[in-house]
Amino acid sequence: MTDLNRLTIAGARDGLRKGDFTSAELTEACLDAIEQAGALNAYCHKTPEKAREMAAAADSRIAAGDAPAMCGIPLGIKDLFCTRDVPSQAASRILEGFLPPYESTVTQNLWDAGAVMLGKLSMDEFAMGSSNESACYGPVVNPWKVDDRQLTPGGSSGGSAAAVAADLCLAATGTDTGGSIRQPAAFTGTVGLKPTYGRVSRWGVIAFASSLDQAGPMTKTVRDAAIMLGAMASVDPKDSTSAERPIPDYEAALTGDIRGRRIGIPREYRMDGMSDEIDALWNKAAEMLRDAGAEVVDVSLPHTKYALPAYYVIAPAEASSNLARYDGVRYGHRARLEAGDGVVEMYERSRAEGFGPEVQRRVMIGTYVLSAGFYDAYYNRARKVRALIKRDFDQVFADGIDAILTPATPSAAFGLGEMSGKDPVEMYLNDVFTVTVNLAGLPGISVPVGLDRQGLPLGMQLIGRPWDEGNLLNLAQSLESAAGFTAKPSRWW
Amino acid sequence: MAITEDEARKVAHLARIAVKDADLPALAQELNGILHFMEQLNEVDVEGVEPMTGVEPMRLKRRQDVVTDGEMQDLILKNAPDAREGFFAVPKVVE
Repeated sequence: MTDLNRLTIAGARDGLRKGDFTSAELTEACLDAIEQAGALNAYCHKTPEKAREMAAAADSRIAAGDAPAMCGIPLGIKDLFCTRDVPSQAASRILEGFLPPYESTVTQNLWDAGAVMLGKLSMDEFAMGSSNESACYGPVVNPWKVDDRQLTPGGSSGGSAAAVAADLCLAATGTDTGGSIRQPAAFTGTVGLKPTYGRVSRWGVIAFASSLDQAGPMTKTVRDAAIMLGAMASVDPKDSTSAERPIPDYEAALTGDIRGRRIGIPREYRMDGMSDEIDALWNKAAEMLRDAGAEVVDVSLPHTKYALPAYYVIAPAEASSNLARYDGVRYGHRARLEAGDGVVEMYERSRAEGFGPEVQRRVMIGTYVLSAGFYDAYYNRARKVRALIKRDFDQVFADGIDAILTPATPSAAFGLGEMSGKDPVEMYLNDVFTVTVNLAGLPGISVPVGLDRQGLPLGMQLIGRPWDEGNLLNLAQSLESAAGFTAKPSRWW
Repeated sequence: MAITEDEARKVAHLARIAVKDADLPALAQELNGILHFMEQLNEVDVEGVEPMTGVEPMRLKRRQDVVTDGEMQDLILKNAPDAREGFFAVPKVVE
């Protein structure tokens, strides 16, 4: 059988159980695809030997009849997850050479379920970015291409999105602090789910903004997202914000029946200057859900406009605190010191050499908004606005809305380099439809719904009630099947 | 509020990031751009609103105050740029 790497998780699971092929064959197909896709620059650390060992172990488990859904499924892992004795450097120079002596809870859960690690996937440095251009490994290239330009796969989980879209794995892990799963999924025609804050453990995931960070699956289909979320999620005593809630069977929630569900269309998301294509696709997606039996109603989220500025106070504030640990003492890069240099010079030079420009910018903004005299004016005000943004959602859900439909991104993928030299705030606007969800801690999913005039994928976002990933996935699958999005990037790499 | 070069120098020092004097004007300008964007927050009436601390109104979990792990000095020092005799080594801190 050829092209095993093009399978979905569900398809591979069924084939493995029937004995149509082995995990070793499936893994080899992915490793071959990775070797041929150097031009995409998606993988930053490959682990073929580990993959082969894990695949052999999975094959024994499958043969013994003990095979959870993820058993034998080859995955790519975002570089933000600490993986034991495998480089885990958040795409930053400051963590060059760092080999974690421990395993993140999410990856451990996946390995316990029998999944296979192909390697680590590139990303924006410390997950700060929307284009993957801040990675210390150089930018990842989107497998989608319509002219001479090389396009961004989005960010920060750009390596994950590109690898899934180009079939360099069956699925990948991502993390989402302001849209870092959903925006790259939208840019690559793939599915990306950010779970409710607390659903998935943050332990062993290199921290960016602790009150916003959440890991989730990046997959080829909604069904795969349901299967993989079930394996990633757990109640974890090592993460104090991990929710003590049972993990439902998400795949069983995919009933295909969405009759009577109420879908909200927030009027504040209809931004000035939004492309008519996105607007038309949004209307079309609403129609698809209506045709499937859902009720579509207009809703209002009045504080939407303030989500982006609130996010760009809170996220850098938390980042400045989290990134204080990179000091050149316990791990990572230490600057070469000159005679007479003291410990302060060591800190300052190690951090100046180790952090890229966007990370430095955010650490300094965070330091400023937390500094004496500005704490109330910026940080506390932003946290109050955050409370109002969450209240907007609470009210909409209290009025009986089951999920909210919005575009995932304000545009299709843009060209690499097109945003460089522009005001950093322009890049931040990429997150305009996604940050609200992180601020309110809600689950959100991006589903590919169509192609724009150039032939590039566009995604729609569904936002669910807290802890209601099951219903959210069911709605997303309805949208997916109505849209019938089957386009794949044609291979140029 | 506008950040001056001096304030930019102070912020860089607080963040423990070395910035060359020649780069301070550009840094101040960049920080000002971002802060200007944040100033939209002043339009919001936040009177009487409690600052949000977490998305779930839950009390942080507590655990027994007992040792659960340890005896792994080698692993902890393994990634250090400079470790000697079981300690992290740094330049002289106290004269």
